[in-house]
Amino acid sequence: MGAGHAHPLYLDQASLVHRLAPEVKIVATVLFTVVVVVTPREEFAAFAGYAALVAAVAAVARVRPLWLLKRATIELPFVLLAVVLPFAGHGERVTWLGMSLSVDGLYGAWNIFAKGTLGVLASLLLAASTTTRDLIRGLDRLRCPQVITQIATFMLRYLDVLTAEARRMRIARLSRGHDPRFLWQVKAFAVGVGALFLRAFERGERVYLAMVSRGYTGRLPAPDGSTATAGQWAAGAVVPLLAGAIAMAVVLR
Amino acid sequence: MDAVAMHIANGIVNGPVSAAFAALAAAALTVCVARGRADLDDRLAPLAGLVAAFIFAVQMLNFQVLPGVSGHLLGGTLAAILVGPWVGALCVSTVLIIQCLLFADGGLTALGLNITNMAVVGTAAGYLLVAALLRLLPRKRYALTLTAFVASVVSVVVASQGFVFEYWLGGTTELSLSTIAGSMAGAHVLIGVGEGLITATTVATVAAVRPDLVYALRRLRAPARTAAAAASAQPATSELPAATSATAGAPEPTVDGAA
Repeated sequence: MGAGHAHPLYLDQASLVHRLAPEVKIVATVLFTVVVVVTPREEFAAFAGYAALVAAVAAVARVRPLWLLKRATIELPFVLLAVVLPFAGHGERVTWLGMSLSVDGLYGAWNIFAKGTLGVLASLLLAASTTTRDLIRGLDRLRCPQVITQIATFMLRYLDVLTAEARRMRIARLSRGHDPRFLWQVKAFAVGVGALFLRAFERGERVYLAMVSRGYTGRLPAPDGSTATAGQWAAGAVVPLLAGAIAMAVVLR
Repeated sequence: MDAVAMHIANGIVNGPVSAAFAALAAAALTVCVARGRADLDDRLAPLAGLVAAFIFAVQMLNFQVLPGVSGHLLGGTLAAILVGPWVGALCVSTVLIIQCLLFADGGLTALGLNITNMAVVGTAAGYLLVAALLRLLPRKRYALTLTAFVASVVSVVVASQGFVFEYWLGGTTELSLSTIAGSMAGAHVLIGVGEGLITATTVATVAAVRPDLVYALRRLRAPARTAAAAASAQPATSELPAATSATAGAPEPTVDGAA
Protein backbone atom coordinates (compact mmCIF):
# COMPACT_ATOMS: atom_id res chain seq x y z
CA MET A 1 0.00 0.00 0.00
CA GLY A 2 2.96 2.29 0.51
CA ALA A 3 3.36 3.27 -3.10
CA GLY A 4 0.00 3.91 -4.60
CA HIS A 5 -0.93 7.43 -3.77
CA ALA A 6 -0.98 8.59 -7.36
CA HIS A 7 -2.83 6.85 -10.15
CA PRO A 8 -0.91 5.41 -13.11
CA LEU A 9 -1.74 8.26 -15.49
CA TYR A 10 -0.47 11.01 -13.19
CA LEU A 11 2.73 12.74 -14.25
CA ASP A 12 4.46 14.15 -11.21
CA GLN A 13 5.92 17.44 -12.32
CA ALA A 14 5.43 21.16 -11.87
CA SER A 15 3.57 23.20 -14.44
CA LEU A 16 0.93 25.86 -14.74
CA VAL A 17 -1.68 23.21 -15.52
CA HIS A 18 -0.62 21.10 -12.53
CA ARG A 19 -0.98 24.08 -10.19
CA LEU A 20 -4.46 24.99 -11.39
CA ALA A 21 -7.21 24.15 -8.88
CA PRO A 22 -8.78 20.76 -9.67
CA GLU A 23 -12.35 22.07 -9.89
CA VAL A 24 -11.25 24.54 -12.56
CA LYS A 25 -9.63 21.78 -14.60
CA ILE A 26 -12.67 19.51 -14.33
CA VAL A 27 -15.05 22.24 -15.50
CA ALA A 28 -12.70 23.27 -18.31
CA THR A 29 -12.35 19.68 -19.54
CA VAL A 30 -16.11 19.13 -19.52
CA LEU A 31 -16.83 22.38 -21.37
CA PHE A 32 -14.11 21.73 -23.96
CA THR A 33 -15.44 18.23 -24.62
CA VAL A 34 -19.00 19.51 -24.96
CA VAL A 35 -17.90 22.09 -27.54
CA VAL A 36 -16.04 19.40 -29.49
CA VAL A 37 -19.01 17.05 -29.51
CA VAL A 38 -21.58 19.62 -30.65
CA THR A 39 -19.39 20.80 -33.54
CA PRO A 40 -20.81 19.62 -36.89
CA ARG A 41 -18.67 16.85 -38.31
CA GLU A 42 -18.07 18.55 -41.69
CA GLU A 43 -16.11 21.43 -40.10
CA PHE A 44 -12.62 20.02 -40.53
CA ALA A 45 -10.94 23.37 -39.76
CA ALA A 46 -12.58 23.51 -36.34
CA PHE A 47 -11.22 20.10 -35.38
CA ALA A 48 -7.74 21.20 -36.46
CA GLY A 49 -8.15 24.20 -34.18
CA TYR A 50 -9.20 22.01 -31.25
CA ALA A 51 -6.22 19.74 -31.85
CA ALA A 52 -3.96 22.79 -31.75
CA LEU A 53 -5.54 23.83 -28.42
CA VAL A 54 -4.93 20.36 -26.97
CA ALA A 55 -1.34 20.48 -28.19
CA ALA A 56 -0.86 23.90 -26.59
CA VAL A 57 -2.22 22.72 -23.23
CA ALA A 58 -0.01 19.63 -23.45
CA ALA A 59 3.00 21.84 -24.06
CA VAL A 60 2.14 24.07 -21.08
CA ALA A 61 1.59 21.00 -18.91
CA ARG A 62 4.91 19.59 -20.18
CA VAL A 63 3.31 16.33 -21.28
CA ARG A 64 5.24 14.68 -24.09
CA PRO A 65 3.27 13.95 -27.30
CA LEU A 66 4.43 10.33 -27.37
CA TRP A 67 3.16 9.77 -23.81
CA LEU A 68 -0.24 11.12 -24.84
CA LEU A 69 -0.48 9.07 -28.01
CA LYS A 70 0.51 5.87 -26.26
CA ARG A 71 -2.24 6.32 -23.64
CA ALA A 72 -4.77 7.36 -26.27
CA THR A 73 -4.80 3.78 -27.59
CA ILE A 74 -7.54 3.15 -25.03
CA GLU A 75 -10.03 4.26 -27.66
CA LEU A 76 -8.85 1.67 -30.18
CA PRO A 77 -12.07 -0.38 -30.04
CA PHE A 78 -13.97 2.69 -31.21
CA VAL A 79 -11.47 3.39 -33.95
CA LEU A 80 -12.04 -0.17 -35.16
CA LEU A 81 -15.75 0.60 -35.28
CA ALA A 82 -14.88 3.69 -37.29
CA VAL A 83 -12.84 1.64 -39.78
CA VAL A 84 -15.79 -0.66 -40.41
CA LEU A 85 -18.26 2.16 -41.03
CA PRO A 86 -17.21 3.26 -44.54
CA PHE A 87 -17.72 -0.30 -45.75
CA ALA A 88 -20.96 -0.99 -43.91
CA GLY A 89 -22.69 2.39 -44.29
CA HIS A 90 -25.58 3.13 -46.61
CA GLY A 91 -26.32 5.82 -49.14
CA GLU A 92 -24.12 7.53 -51.68
CA ARG A 93 -20.81 5.77 -52.35
CA VAL A 94 -17.43 6.84 -53.66
CA THR A 95 -14.69 4.70 -55.13
CA TRP A 96 -11.22 5.05 -53.63
CA LEU A 97 -8.31 2.75 -54.45
CA GLY A 98 -10.76 0.33 -55.97
CA MET A 99 -12.86 0.12 -52.80
CA SER A 100 -16.46 1.25 -52.77
CA LEU A 101 -16.92 3.38 -49.67
CA SER A 102 -20.05 4.94 -48.25
CA VAL A 103 -19.86 8.75 -47.98
CA ASP A 104 -22.03 8.75 -44.88
CA GLY A 105 -19.89 5.99 -43.41
CA LEU A 106 -16.72 8.00 -44.08
CA TYR A 107 -18.16 11.04 -42.35
CA GLY A 108 -19.34 8.82 -39.50
CA ALA A 109 -15.89 7.30 -39.16
CA TRP A 110 -14.29 10.74 -39.14
CA ASN A 111 -16.84 11.94 -36.59
CA ILE A 112 -16.11 9.11 -34.17
CA PHE A 113 -12.37 9.30 -34.71
CA ALA A 114 -12.03 13.08 -34.33
CA LYS A 115 -14.42 13.61 -31.42
CA GLY A 116 -13.33 10.45 -29.63
CA THR A 117 -9.64 11.27 -29.92
CA LEU A 118 -10.02 14.89 -28.82
CA GLY A 119 -12.13 13.81 -25.83
CA VAL A 120 -9.61 11.15 -24.80
CA LEU A 121 -6.72 13.60 -25.13
CA ALA A 122 -8.52 16.19 -23.00
CA SER A 123 -9.27 13.60 -20.30
CA LEU A 124 -5.69 12.35 -20.42
CA LEU A 125 -4.38 15.88 -19.85
CA LEU A 126 -6.70 16.24 -16.85
CA ALA A 127 -5.54 12.88 -15.49
CA ALA A 128 -1.86 13.64 -16.12
CA SER A 129 -2.02 16.89 -14.17
CA THR A 130 -4.34 15.99 -11.29
CA THR A 131 -3.72 13.61 -8.41
CA THR A 132 -6.45 11.33 -7.13
CA ARG A 133 -6.84 13.33 -3.95
CA ASP A 134 -7.07 16.62 -5.85
CA LEU A 135 -9.67 15.20 -8.21
CA ILE A 136 -11.91 14.11 -5.34
CA ARG A 137 -11.41 17.47 -3.65
CA GLY A 138 -12.36 19.15 -6.91
CA LEU A 139 -15.51 17.07 -7.21
CA ASP A 140 -16.32 17.88 -3.59
CA ARG A 141 -15.98 21.62 -4.22
CA LEU A 142 -18.20 21.31 -7.28
CA ARG A 143 -20.96 20.15 -4.86
CA CYS A 144 -20.78 16.52 -5.94
CA PRO A 145 -22.90 14.59 -3.38
CA GLN A 146 -20.85 13.45 -0.42
CA VAL A 147 -21.99 9.85 -0.84
CA ILE A 148 -20.28 9.73 -4.21
CA THR A 149 -17.05 11.41 -3.11
CA GLN A 150 -16.96 9.11 -0.09
CA ILE A 151 -17.37 6.00 -2.26
CA ALA A 152 -14.75 7.36 -4.66
CA THR A 153 -12.29 8.02 -1.83
CA PHE A 154 -12.62 4.50 -0.52
CA MET A 155 -12.60 3.00 -3.98
CA LEU A 156 -9.30 4.59 -4.91
CA ARG A 157 -7.78 3.64 -1.54
CA TYR A 158 -9.06 0.07 -1.67
CA LEU A 159 -7.79 -0.48 -5.19
CA ASP A 160 -4.33 -0.62 -3.66
CA VAL A 161 -5.57 -2.90 -0.87
CA LEU A 162 -7.09 -5.19 -3.47
CA THR A 163 -3.98 -5.28 -5.66
CA ALA A 164 -1.72 -5.94 -2.70
CA GLU A 165 -4.01 -8.69 -1.43
CA ALA A 166 -4.09 -10.32 -4.87
CA ARG A 167 -0.30 -10.22 -4.95
CA ARG A 168 -0.07 -11.85 -1.52
CA MET A 169 -2.44 -14.60 -2.58
CA ARG A 170 -0.48 -15.19 -5.78
CA ILE A 171 2.78 -15.45 -3.87
CA ALA A 172 1.10 -17.85 -1.44
CA ARG A 173 -0.01 -20.01 -4.37
CA LEU A 174 3.44 -19.91 -5.98
CA SER A 175 5.15 -20.89 -2.76
CA ARG A 176 2.86 -23.92 -2.56
CA GLY A 177 4.00 -25.23 -5.91
CA HIS A 178 1.44 -23.51 -8.14
CA ASP A 179 2.46 -23.34 -11.79
CA PRO A 180 1.29 -20.00 -13.15
CA ARG A 181 0.94 -20.57 -16.83
CA PHE A 182 -1.77 -18.46 -18.36
CA LEU A 183 -4.87 -20.65 -18.29
CA TRP A 184 -4.03 -22.29 -14.97
CA GLN A 185 -3.57 -18.89 -13.45
CA VAL A 186 -6.99 -17.84 -14.63
CA LYS A 187 -8.55 -20.88 -12.99
CA ALA A 188 -6.81 -20.29 -9.69
CA PHE A 189 -7.80 -16.64 -9.82
CA ALA A 190 -11.43 -17.47 -10.56
CA VAL A 191 -11.58 -19.93 -7.67
CA GLY A 192 -9.92 -17.45 -5.35
CA VAL A 193 -11.86 -14.37 -6.33
CA GLY A 194 -14.36 -14.70 -3.48
CA ALA A 195 -11.58 -15.19 -0.96
CA LEU A 196 -9.79 -12.19 -2.41
CA PHE A 197 -12.89 -10.06 -1.93
CA LEU A 198 -13.32 -11.12 1.68
CA ARG A 199 -9.68 -10.70 2.61
CA ALA A 200 -9.61 -7.28 1.01
CA PHE A 201 -12.82 -6.32 2.77
CA GLU A 202 -11.60 -7.35 6.20
CA ARG A 203 -8.40 -5.41 5.70
CA GLY A 204 -10.37 -2.45 4.34
CA GLU A 205 -12.76 -2.60 7.30
CA ARG A 206 -9.83 -2.33 9.69
CA VAL A 207 -8.53 0.66 7.73
CA TYR A 208 -11.97 2.25 7.92
CA LEU A 209 -12.36 1.66 11.65
CA ALA A 210 -8.89 3.11 12.19
CA MET A 211 -9.95 6.19 10.22
CA VAL A 212 -13.20 6.53 12.18
CA SER A 213 -11.39 6.22 15.49
CA ARG A 214 -9.12 9.06 14.38
CA GLY A 215 -12.02 11.39 13.71
CA TYR A 216 -13.04 10.63 10.12
CA THR A 217 -16.57 11.89 9.51
CA GLY A 218 -17.04 11.19 5.82
CA ARG A 219 -14.90 13.94 4.38
CA LEU A 220 -11.13 14.08 4.23
CA PRO A 221 -9.62 17.25 5.69
CA ALA A 222 -8.23 19.64 3.08
CA PRO A 223 -4.78 20.58 4.35
CA ASP A 224 -4.36 23.90 2.58
CA GLY A 225 -8.04 24.69 2.13
CA SER A 226 -7.34 26.96 -0.83
CA THR A 227 -10.24 27.15 -3.22
CA ALA A 228 -9.85 28.39 -6.75
CA THR A 229 -9.22 32.12 -7.09
CA ALA A 230 -10.87 34.26 -9.73
CA GLY A 231 -7.55 34.32 -11.56
CA GLN A 232 -7.47 30.54 -11.71
CA TRP A 233 -11.01 30.39 -13.03
CA ALA A 234 -10.03 32.95 -15.68
CA ALA A 235 -6.97 30.90 -16.65
CA GLY A 236 -9.04 27.75 -16.82
CA ALA A 237 -11.66 29.47 -18.97
CA VAL A 238 -9.16 30.27 -21.71
CA VAL A 239 -9.24 26.89 -23.43
CA PRO A 240 -13.03 26.36 -23.45
CA LEU A 241 -13.56 29.98 -24.58
CA LEU A 242 -11.09 29.60 -27.44
CA ALA A 243 -12.74 26.33 -28.44
CA GLY A 244 -16.14 28.03 -28.31
CA ALA A 245 -14.81 30.88 -30.43
CA ILE A 246 -13.52 28.42 -33.03
CA ALA A 247 -16.87 26.66 -33.09
CA MET A 248 -18.77 29.95 -33.49
CA ALA A 249 -16.38 31.09 -36.21
CA VAL A 250 -16.82 28.02 -38.39
CA VAL A 251 -20.56 27.71 -37.85
CA LEU A 252 -21.29 31.38 -38.62
CA ARG A 253 -18.93 31.51 -41.57
CA MET B 1 -19.84 -5.21 -36.12
CA ASP B 2 -17.78 -4.09 -33.23
CA ALA B 3 -19.72 -4.56 -30.11
CA VAL B 4 -17.59 -1.91 -28.48
CA ALA B 5 -15.88 -1.96 -25.14
CA MET B 6 -18.85 -0.89 -23.18
CA HIS B 7 -17.86 2.62 -22.31
CA ILE B 8 -19.32 4.80 -25.03
CA ALA B 9 -16.88 7.42 -26.31
CA ASN B 10 -17.59 10.98 -27.37
CA GLY B 11 -19.18 11.33 -30.78
CA ILE B 12 -20.84 7.91 -31.01
CA VAL B 13 -24.25 9.21 -30.01
CA ASN B 14 -25.29 12.73 -30.97
CA GLY B 15 -25.48 15.76 -28.69
CA PRO B 16 -29.20 16.09 -27.89
CA VAL B 17 -29.61 12.42 -27.02
CA SER B 18 -26.45 12.51 -24.90
CA ALA B 19 -27.79 15.55 -23.07
CA ALA B 20 -31.17 13.90 -22.51
CA PHE B 21 -29.55 10.81 -21.05
CA ALA B 22 -27.23 12.95 -18.94
CA ALA B 23 -30.34 14.56 -17.43
CA LEU B 24 -31.93 11.14 -16.94
CA ALA B 25 -28.79 9.79 -15.26
CA ALA B 26 -28.57 12.87 -13.04
CA ALA B 27 -32.19 12.43 -11.96
CA ALA B 28 -31.69 8.73 -11.25
CA LEU B 29 -28.53 9.43 -9.25
CA THR B 30 -30.33 12.10 -7.23
CA VAL B 31 -32.87 9.48 -6.17
CA CYS B 32 -30.06 7.03 -5.42
CA VAL B 33 -28.20 9.59 -3.31
CA ALA B 34 -31.35 10.37 -1.33
CA ARG B 35 -32.19 6.70 -0.73
CA GLY B 36 -28.60 5.50 -0.41
CA ARG B 37 -27.67 8.00 2.30
CA ALA B 38 -29.91 6.15 4.75
CA ASP B 39 -28.27 2.83 3.86
CA LEU B 40 -24.69 4.03 4.14
CA ASP B 41 -23.79 3.22 7.75
CA ASP B 42 -20.47 2.26 9.28
CA ARG B 43 -20.57 -1.19 7.78
CA LEU B 44 -21.74 -0.23 4.33
CA ALA B 45 -19.38 2.70 3.75
CA PRO B 46 -16.19 0.63 3.53
CA LEU B 47 -18.08 -2.17 1.79
CA ALA B 48 -19.36 0.22 -0.85
CA GLY B 49 -15.83 1.46 -1.41
CA LEU B 50 -14.53 -2.05 -1.74
CA VAL B 51 -17.34 -3.10 -4.07
CA ALA B 52 -16.52 -0.09 -6.24
CA ALA B 53 -12.81 -0.95 -6.20
CA PHE B 54 -13.64 -4.54 -7.04
CA ILE B 55 -15.85 -3.49 -9.95
CA PHE B 56 -13.14 -1.11 -11.07
CA ALA B 57 -10.58 -3.92 -11.12
CA VAL B 58 -12.98 -6.37 -12.73
CA GLN B 59 -13.93 -3.92 -15.48
CA MET B 60 -10.30 -3.97 -16.55
CA LEU B 61 -10.76 -7.61 -17.59
CA ASN B 62 -11.77 -7.31 -21.20
CA PHE B 63 -13.24 -10.39 -22.77
CA GLN B 64 -12.09 -10.86 -26.30
CA VAL B 65 -15.29 -12.34 -27.65
CA LEU B 66 -14.40 -12.27 -31.34
CA PRO B 67 -11.53 -10.52 -33.08
CA GLY B 68 -12.22 -6.83 -32.65
CA VAL B 69 -15.22 -7.45 -30.45
CA SER B 70 -14.58 -7.06 -26.78
CA GLY B 71 -16.61 -6.15 -23.80
CA HIS B 72 -16.04 -6.22 -20.10
CA LEU B 73 -17.71 -7.07 -16.86
CA LEU B 74 -20.12 -4.54 -15.42
CA GLY B 75 -20.56 -5.52 -11.79
CA GLY B 76 -24.01 -4.00 -11.35
CA THR B 77 -25.55 -7.18 -9.99
CA LEU B 78 -22.67 -7.80 -7.61
CA ALA B 79 -23.11 -4.29 -6.24
CA ALA B 80 -26.89 -4.67 -5.96
CA ILE B 81 -26.59 -7.94 -4.00
CA LEU B 82 -23.85 -6.79 -1.65
CA VAL B 83 -24.75 -3.16 -0.96
CA GLY B 84 -28.30 -2.82 -2.26
CA PRO B 85 -29.69 -1.15 -5.38
CA TRP B 86 -29.28 2.48 -4.32
CA VAL B 87 -25.73 2.40 -3.05
CA GLY B 88 -24.96 -0.19 -5.74
CA ALA B 89 -25.94 2.15 -8.54
CA LEU B 90 -23.85 4.86 -6.88
CA CYS B 91 -20.87 2.50 -6.71
CA VAL B 92 -21.03 1.71 -10.41
CA SER B 93 -21.55 5.40 -11.26
CA THR B 94 -18.55 6.37 -9.16
CA VAL B 95 -16.45 3.82 -11.01
CA LEU B 96 -17.60 5.26 -14.33
CA ILE B 97 -16.99 8.88 -13.29
CA ILE B 98 -13.48 8.12 -12.04
CA GLN B 99 -12.66 6.00 -15.08
CA CYS B 100 -13.80 8.82 -17.29
CA LEU B 101 -11.91 11.57 -15.45
CA LEU B 102 -8.72 9.77 -14.44
CA PHE B 103 -8.35 7.03 -17.03
CA ALA B 104 -9.93 8.62 -20.11
CA ASP B 105 -12.15 5.55 -20.47
CA GLY B 106 -15.50 6.59 -21.91
CA GLY B 107 -16.37 10.04 -23.21
CA LEU B 108 -17.21 12.89 -20.84
CA THR B 109 -20.29 13.79 -22.84
CA ALA B 110 -21.25 10.11 -22.99
CA LEU B 111 -21.08 9.78 -19.20
CA GLY B 112 -24.86 10.10 -18.94
CA LEU B 113 -25.31 7.32 -21.47
CA ASN B 114 -22.79 5.08 -19.73
CA ILE B 115 -24.26 5.71 -16.29
CA THR B 116 -27.77 5.06 -17.58
CA ASN B 117 -26.75 1.74 -19.15
CA MET B 118 -24.39 0.27 -16.64
CA ALA B 119 -25.23 1.90 -13.33
CA VAL B 120 -28.97 2.51 -13.55
CA VAL B 121 -30.37 -0.04 -16.02
CA GLY B 122 -27.84 -2.76 -15.23
CA THR B 123 -28.19 -2.49 -11.47
CA ALA B 124 -31.98 -2.10 -11.55
CA ALA B 125 -32.45 -5.14 -13.80
CA GLY B 126 -30.08 -7.17 -11.64
CA TYR B 127 -31.70 -6.19 -8.37
CA LEU B 128 -35.28 -6.68 -9.54
CA LEU B 129 -34.40 -10.16 -10.71
CA VAL B 130 -32.56 -10.91 -7.47
CA ALA B 131 -35.55 -9.76 -5.45
CA ALA B 132 -37.94 -11.87 -7.52
CA LEU B 133 -35.78 -15.00 -7.58
CA LEU B 134 -34.98 -14.93 -3.88
CA ARG B 135 -38.71 -14.89 -3.14
CA LEU B 136 -39.43 -17.75 -5.56
CA LEU B 137 -36.52 -20.08 -4.94
CA PRO B 138 -36.34 -22.37 -1.89
CA ARG B 139 -34.44 -20.99 1.05
CA LYS B 140 -31.28 -22.95 0.43
CA ARG B 141 -27.77 -21.79 0.06
CA TYR B 142 -27.56 -22.64 -3.63
CA ALA B 143 -30.49 -20.30 -4.32
CA LEU B 144 -28.41 -17.18 -3.74
CA THR B 145 -25.59 -18.50 -5.92
CA LEU B 146 -27.98 -19.38 -8.73
CA THR B 147 -29.76 -16.04 -8.37
CA ALA B 148 -26.48 -14.15 -8.57
CA PHE B 149 -25.54 -15.99 -11.74
CA VAL B 150 -28.87 -15.59 -13.55
CA ALA B 151 -29.32 -11.97 -12.54
CA SER B 152 -25.80 -11.13 -13.77
CA VAL B 153 -26.38 -12.62 -17.20
CA VAL B 154 -29.71 -10.85 -17.64
CA SER B 155 -28.44 -7.56 -16.27
CA VAL B 156 -25.45 -7.48 -18.64
CA VAL B 157 -27.57 -8.26 -21.69
CA VAL B 158 -30.20 -5.67 -20.71
CA ALA B 159 -27.49 -3.06 -20.17
CA SER B 160 -26.00 -3.81 -23.58
CA GLN B 161 -29.40 -3.30 -25.17
CA GLY B 162 -29.47 0.10 -23.46
CA PHE B 163 -26.69 1.08 -25.85
CA VAL B 164 -28.70 -0.21 -28.79
CA PHE B 165 -31.66 1.91 -27.69
CA GLU B 166 -29.48 5.01 -27.35
CA TYR B 167 -27.89 4.33 -30.72
CA TRP B 168 -31.32 3.99 -32.27
CA LEU B 169 -32.31 7.38 -30.81
CA GLY B 170 -29.18 9.29 -31.68
CA GLY B 171 -26.54 7.26 -33.46
CA THR B 172 -24.28 9.41 -35.59
CA THR B 173 -24.11 6.91 -38.45
CA GLU B 174 -26.45 4.68 -40.38
CA LEU B 175 -25.91 1.13 -39.25
CA SER B 176 -28.44 -1.62 -39.38
CA LEU B 177 -30.05 -1.67 -35.96
CA SER B 178 -30.74 -5.38 -35.97
CA THR B 179 -27.06 -6.11 -36.64
CA ILE B 180 -26.02 -4.04 -33.66
CA ALA B 181 -28.73 -5.46 -31.42
CA GLY B 182 -27.85 -9.00 -32.39
CA SER B 183 -24.09 -8.69 -32.01
CA MET B 184 -24.40 -6.74 -28.76
CA ALA B 185 -26.76 -9.34 -27.30
CA GLY B 186 -24.66 -12.27 -28.53
CA ALA B 187 -21.40 -10.88 -27.22
CA HIS B 188 -22.90 -9.88 -23.92
CA VAL B 189 -24.50 -13.24 -23.25
CA LEU B 190 -20.96 -14.61 -23.23
CA ILE B 191 -19.71 -11.70 -21.14
CA GLY B 192 -22.71 -12.20 -18.87
CA VAL B 193 -21.75 -15.83 -18.28
CA GLY B 194 -18.24 -14.72 -17.28
CA GLU B 195 -19.67 -12.02 -15.07
CA GLY B 196 -22.20 -14.46 -13.63
CA LEU B 197 -19.46 -16.90 -12.61
CA ILE B 198 -17.43 -14.18 -10.90
CA THR B 199 -20.49 -12.70 -9.18
CA ALA B 200 -21.75 -16.11 -8.06
CA THR B 201 -18.43 -17.26 -6.58
CA THR B 202 -17.90 -13.92 -4.85
CA VAL B 203 -21.41 -13.74 -3.43
CA ALA B 204 -21.33 -17.41 -2.36
CA THR B 205 -18.06 -16.92 -0.49
CA VAL B 206 -19.20 -13.74 1.19
CA ALA B 207 -22.58 -15.27 2.12
CA ALA B 208 -20.85 -18.29 3.63
CA VAL B 209 -18.39 -16.37 5.76
CA ARG B 210 -19.95 -12.98 6.39
CA PRO B 211 -23.69 -13.21 5.65
CA ASP B 212 -24.14 -9.98 7.58
CA LEU B 213 -22.45 -8.20 4.66
CA VAL B 214 -24.93 -9.32 2.02
CA TYR B 215 -27.60 -6.66 1.59
CA ALA B 216 -29.91 -8.95 -0.39
CA LEU B 217 -29.90 -11.50 2.43
CA ARG B 218 -30.50 -8.87 5.08
CA ARG B 219 -33.39 -7.28 3.22
CA LEU B 220 -35.02 -10.19 1.44
CA ARG B 221 -34.32 -13.17 3.68
CA ALA B 222 -34.21 -11.72 7.17
CA PRO B 223 -37.80 -12.56 8.28
CA ALA B 224 -37.40 -16.15 7.18
CA ARG B 225 -34.22 -16.58 9.12
CA THR B 226 -35.79 -15.43 12.35
CA ALA B 227 -38.76 -17.71 11.73
CA ALA B 228 -36.51 -20.68 11.06
CA ALA B 229 -34.40 -19.91 14.10
CA ALA B 230 -37.41 -19.44 16.36
CA ALA B 231 -39.06 -22.65 15.25
CA SER B 232 -35.66 -24.39 14.97
CA ALA B 233 -37.41 -26.69 12.59
CA GLN B 234 -34.54 -27.36 10.25
CA PRO B 235 -31.23 -27.31 12.04
CA ALA B 236 -29.54 -28.85 9.01
CA THR B 237 -30.39 -25.97 6.73
CA SER B 238 -30.19 -23.23 9.31
CA GLU B 239 -27.59 -20.98 7.91
CA LEU B 240 -23.93 -21.61 7.80
CA PRO B 241 -22.59 -23.55 10.76
CA ALA B 242 -19.05 -22.36 10.19
CA ALA B 243 -19.88 -18.68 10.19
CA THR B 244 -17.15 -16.74 11.88
CA SER B 245 -17.44 -14.85 15.09
CA ALA B 246 -17.70 -11.71 12.99
CA THR B 247 -21.26 -12.62 12.04
CA ALA B 248 -22.35 -12.26 15.63
CA GLY B 249 -23.00 -8.56 15.09
CA ALA B 250 -25.95 -8.45 12.77
CA PRO B 251 -28.11 -11.59 12.82
CA GLU B 252 -28.28 -12.19 16.57
CA PRO B 253 -30.42 -9.28 17.68
CA THR B 254 -33.14 -10.35 15.27
CA VAL B 255 -33.04 -13.90 16.62
CA ASP B 256 -33.30 -12.62 20.15
CA GLY B 257 -36.13 -10.35 19.18
CA ALA B 258 -38.07 -13.26 17.71
CA ALA B 259 -37.44 -15.54 20.66
